[in-house]
Amino acid sequence: MVVEKKKAGPAAEDGKKTVLVTGAAGALAKRVIARLHGRYNVVAVDFRRKVETDAGIPSYKVEMEKRGFEDIFLNHKIDAVLHIGRIFAHESSRDRRYNANVLGAKKLLELCKKYGVGQVLIHSTYYVYGASAYNPALLDEDHPLKASEVTMDLVDSVELESLANIYLWKHPELNITILRPCNVLGPGVRNSMSLLLSHTYTPVLLGFSPMMQFLHVDDMADALVLAFEKNKPGIYNVAPDDYIPYQRAVEECGCRKLPVPGIPPVIPKIMSSLLNWGAFFPPYLINYFKYPVILDGKLFQETFGWKPKRNLNDIFTYYRKTKLASA
Amino acid sequence: MQIQEVISLLRNFSAKEELLQRLVTPEIEALVAKIPKPVGSFGFDAWGYNEDSFKLGLATFKLLYDHYFRVQVHGLEHIPKNGRVLIVPNHSGQLPMDGVLIGIATATNPKGPRAARAMIERFFPTVPWLGNLMNSWGGVIGDPVNCNKMLEADEAIIVFPEGVRGSGKLYKDRYKLQRFGNGFMHLAMNNRTPIVPCGVVGCEETMPAIANIAPLAKLLGIPYAPIVPSLFPLPAKVILNFGPPLHFPPVKTEDEVTQRVEQVKDEIRRLIDKGLKERTSIY
Repeated sequence: MVVEKKKAGPAAEDGKKTVLVTGAAGALAKRVIARLHGRYNVVAVDFRRKVETDAGIPSYKVEMEKRGFEDIFLNHKIDAVLHIGRIFAHESSRDRRYNANVLGAKKLLELCKKYGVGQVLIHSTYYVYGASAYNPALLDEDHPLKASEVTMDLVDSVELESLANIYLWKHPELNITILRPCNVLGPGVRNSMSLLLSHTYTPVLLGFSPMMQFLHVDDMADALVLAFEKNKPGIYNVAPDDYIPYQRAVEECGCRKLPVPGIPPVIPKIMSSLLNWGAFFPPYLINYFKYPVILDGKLFQETFGWKPKRNLNDIFTYYRKTKLASA
Repeated sequence: MQIQEVISLLRNFSAKEELLQRLVTPEIEALVAKIPKPVGSFGFDAWGYNEDSFKLGLATFKLLYDHYFRVQVHGLEHIPKNGRVLIVPNHSGQLPMDGVLIGIATATNPKGPRAARAMIERFFPTVPWLGNLMNSWGGVIGDPVNCNKMLEADEAIIVFPEGVRGSGKLYKDRYKLQRFGNGFMHLAMNNRTPIVPCGVVGCEETMPAIANIAPLAKLLGIPYAPIVPSLFPLPAKVILNFGPPLHFPPVKTEDEVTQRVEQVKDEIRRLIDKGLKERTSIY
């Protein structure tokens, strides 16, 4: 199938590549933009708000699944897309999330194809593997994605990946790279795990303390930039070779444990729903606090020569210190 | 002693710390320090093994090993000091006591201690506390992915190819090897791993079962529900015999694999017979 390329917006005059970064209001994207700024022309987009950026970085508030999104491709000659922005499960309803995360990504990939974008990076999550009692540790990238078996609320994460996978083999010219990071933490990060560890009282399931991996948001930003610059399309887990049980991490972050009965499985789900813990301990993520999802990050580490620079203690210190400061 | 001093002493008293100090002797510390096992910055590995927990488990079960089962062990020199290895024993005794005792034998091996990983049943992770505890002592669910990854990381693994067929068999079938699965042979061949066979004598008598109530087992969702004289293992004397490592280069057909499994079974039978001859009394 030959795709006729539409004429894109004017190419940058300075010979620098133009990179579109989605989710620009988030802690991770902000760091990525800071790393790219100067060496590339960055275009920042976010569905939440028009992000305040440094001089010379055009910024847009736009929803990817809406029509206005295409104008960005008409106004700028986009060479690469770093798709970081995603609506977290606690931020919106399931339908709206599906529209934004899956249909929005489809629109994005279609536009990339149409305007001859040479490289696309997709920021996925380790949640796609699903937390199950039968999980072996050190999952490789070809392990089945069983998140949708665990809960309907993670269907959008899995669907986003299968969509990206279709484009990965159908349109090799897009040079798609999918990154599946473990828990990303650090200053400004607003995902469920980061919100959870920022609490004074943190729910834990009695008798269950699954192994977990944590990555500092600065290391994840480095990983994204490295994957972009080296351009080796494929699917990669991004995780360190260091592990800690969840309850130990809770202690290390200076949280007090709030014990919740772990069995029968409906009890923690009911408690989470009744007490409205949706943002930080949502019912559909409860299995992830019960059973481990440990990634083998070797492929990414070896392909890109990447090692995290911050260890677990560096990561937890931030949460400990913020608690001390607010006490 | 003044009241204040007593209070401050009491305040600093921690039952957990006290127990740890009594149990985890300097000898145990020295042994664990010698084990070639990489762990992360908090002392954990990817499967949940934890050094401190392992020390505590080792210290506790070492008491049973020395004084209750009075384990006699031969052939420890056959277990390599480092590098990947599969330890393949016969399985018996309803409870996986044989796995624990082999674990203690390898961890206290004066010729080079190892933290041997045991493959555990898949339902354990769903049991609160127990699942995490078994992981922290080195137990891992018996999944081929786990096995391959651990062999890649040069671990020592204990595999019971008989599985529940072996541990759940009745007393009348004692020391009769049940059907072996071929999985362990594939793992050994694919990862160029030596197999150290092991004959366990005595564990059959720790929990002699006269019958198995299959409907009850089915009802409870457990592998078997034996009628046994005591729910706690009886103090049988246990003899472990490790044999020389067996090396198997890869073969193509499943028939050839089965033949090799038979070779391992023959060697285990020989080691069991050796143990039975060495035994002077059952208890």
